[in-house]
Amino acid sequence: MKHKLANTYLILVFIILYAPIIFLIAYSFSQGETMTNFHGFTWRHYQTLFSDTRMLAIVANTLLIALLSSLIATLIGTLGALSITRTTKRVTRESLLTLNNVLMVSPDVIIGASFLIFFTMLKIPLGFGTVLMSHIAFEIPIVVLMVLPRLREMSRSLLDAAQDLGATTRQLLTQVIIPFISPGIFAGFFMALTYSLDDFAVTFFVTGNGFSTLSVEIYSRARQGINLEINALSGVMFLFSLLLVAGYYWIQQASQKRRHRKREVTS
Amino acid sequence: MTKRRTWVYFIPYGLWLALFVIAPVALIIYQSFFDLGQHFTLTNYSTYFRSATYLKMTLNSVWYAFLITLFTGLISYPTAYFIHQLKHRQFWLLLVILPTWINILLKAYAFIGIFSQAGLANQFLTFIGIGPQQILFTNASFIFVATYIQIPFMILPIYNALDDLNPAFVNASKDLGASTWQTFRHVIFPLTLPGVKAGVQAVFIPSLSLFMLTRLIGGNKVITLGTAIEEHFLTTMNWGMGSTIGVVLIVAMIIVMLLTGDQKTKGGTPR
Repeated sequence: MKHKLANTYLILVFIILYAPIIFLIAYSFSQGETMTNFHGFTWRHYQTLFSDTRMLAIVANTLLIALLSSLIATLIGTLGALSITRTTKRVTRESLLTLNNVLMVSPDVIIGASFLIFFTMLKIPLGFGTVLMSHIAFEIPIVVLMVLPRLREMSRSLLDAAQDLGATTRQLLTQVIIPFISPGIFAGFFMALTYSLDDFAVTFFVTGNGFSTLSVEIYSRARQGINLEINALSGVMFLFSLLLVAGYYWIQQASQKRRHRKREVTS
Repeated sequence: MTKRRTWVYFIPYGLWLALFVIAPVALIIYQSFFDLGQHFTLTNYSTYFRSATYLKMTLNSVWYAFLITLFTGLISYPTAYFIHQLKHRQFWLLLVILPTWINILLKAYAFIGIFSQAGLANQFLTFIGIGPQQILFTNASFIFVATYIQIPFMILPIYNALDDLNPAFVNASKDLGASTWQTFRHVIFPLTLPGVKAGVQAVFIPSLSLFMLTRLIGGNKVITLGTAIEEHFLTTMNWGMGSTIGVVLIVAMIIVMLLTGDQKTKGGTPR
């Protein structure tokens, strides 16, 4: 009885969570022009989407920004995590971590508005460059947070052993530390990627007139009302997210297995 | 490793901290002291605290964020609790996370369709005999959609807290004759409170600043702090006043963090 109640509740919650998404994608196949009454199956909206050069250019921009910003943020964030673990004083480390988390907890609007002031004061024209810089900026802290736990797991003796065997700083970094923390780096990269693809508010503030990302484009089109091309777009994006999730979990599983195997070898 | 070498690695990260963390916060505070004529003044603050409109808007925004957080919590706690008891809980948890990977604007857009005049919600209302209502562009629809978007962010920390809970405590409580409700009230809930607090933090602060929802779903009837900031920065171009509201939002954020802080006792179970 109790189990039934719990299950009914869960089923209800999951229906609510997924109904809007399924609804959205279902109507991308509808022949009508609105999201009311399904009018029979068609690929038409997908055809419109794939022949909409403006939209395709925006998709390309969005992906370019996401990949480029995640790569740079991963690099800077990993270096940051490395230097945070190398601090000897507890106070320094705590304050660095606090500063690191400022952008994690700040509301998007504050980040967007303050970056807008920042770029305007430096007289940097708004567009691709400012969007890229902003994305790198808000992705760095999540990379740091994903890499840090792996660095903490790394034992001191591992580094000492490498140094005793004559490894230079460079060798230590590239052949001992980086391979050990690579799962954290990958996780950070993926999180950065999703942060970038998901962001609307910050981009909206710093994008200016000539440049647009998907979120901003969806916002301006949604304000004009229903357009089933957006439904088709969400179908494509849902598929893309599924692939990203699958990729992320595959990498995690693989790294866990590798760790497991290593443990078996060493024991 | 020499000291000089490690310093070199810190440069990019240090530059980021200085340019994109410290400078922007400083700039928004600095900007809040300038009026439209670029004079250094306190007028923005005095206008803000004297104006009934601004104060009412702030209270309204806090009230809506409170309601959204409350509803999200009421829905999420049982969900996290029941999922934690399931057999394939990792899989179900993944299903909770998946919707967060879908762009928030697409989810808002879906509700424009669902809540429209002839949309799914009104078809249902007609079916059960109430008849079509104006749903889109009401305060209720804003709260509903915001709650919908925030639910996963509340479920996750609560689930993690439940996962950290040592089952020995629950068993001990049952062995000592506590009923299921007593066990929940006096053992499980207090020990998972840090998770709830983390969830409140993750939901309340963004709820103060969801400006796209107030525009797309709330039809500009609900004005949150975020909407006001966006309006001042991008429409009326009064950056000083926008920054002042931004400072208010930052202060609100710090208060929420202090109230829900104390994350050091995370999980609460000595192991």
